[in-house]
Amino acid sequence: MKHVYTWGAILAVALASVVGDILLARAMKQVGDVHALWRRSGLGSVIVRVLTNPTFFLGVTAMAAAFFSLLFALSWGDVSLVGPAAASLTFIGNAFAAKIFLHEKVDRRRWIAALLVAAGVALVAG
Amino acid sequence: MLSHGMKQTGNISIDHLSSVLFAILNPWVAVGILLLLAFFASYMNALSWADLTYVLPATSLGYVLLALVAKFALHEHVSPLRWMGIALISGGVGFVAGGPALTSHDHHLAHESDSPAFRSSAVVEAASGEAKS
Repeated sequence: MKHVYTWGAILAVALASVVGDILLARAMKQVGDVHALWRRSGLGSVIVRVLTNPTFFLGVTAMAAAFFSLLFALSWGDVSLVGPAAASLTFIGNAFAAKIFLHEKVDRRRWIAALLVAAGVALVAG
Repeated sequence: MLSHGMKQTGNISIDHLSSVLFAILNPWVAVGILLLLAFFASYMNALSWADLTYVLPATSLGYVLLALVAKFALHEHVSPLRWMGIALISGGVGFVAGGPALTSHDHHLAHESDSPAFRSSAVVEAASGEAKS
């Protein structure tokens, strides 16, 4: 039963991080190239533009949800399982989600990269 | 880079939490939060001009740096399995770094930015993406 809770919480962490990453990436694409914007109209307007973007706030909320799910997961499972499992699942999930929701061209090169990094993170953090 | 700094600070602050009095905790936590904010700002900056599937592997270099710091600065033992993980992450980052940084050319996202630099790079990347496929 404990396993079910742990893996449920790990999935919740991965899901919330993927949602957060996708929303934040979309928000920043809406804001536009920060460097160009900064040169044109100053740092203040960059900050205002980011902070007034509703998608940005949804993304931050999802990230906060991911953080609290992580705390929940850590109360059930070992950090050596929860950490790498959640990080790896987030990588794989992000590759799928970026393709579906952000229309990024996830070609073979990027799939291999996502799998390599996910495996590597699992080994390093494990 | 910043994420590894943040993690290093995090580790140190946890170390102090268990051994030192509560008052000493605050400066470490403050530094940790500042570095975390700096990491978040640079992450947002990167996401403003690059794909999520490009930025994420790149930020995972933080794990590699963390292991190297653990080895050379803190003199911790890094197991062969971890070295293998580091090699895998580095390989993955190398793979993604060889490709274009921006591939999405969803116009409703792209036209939000009216900067000429953003547009021309998006067009170039889109063209190179087309040529590949």
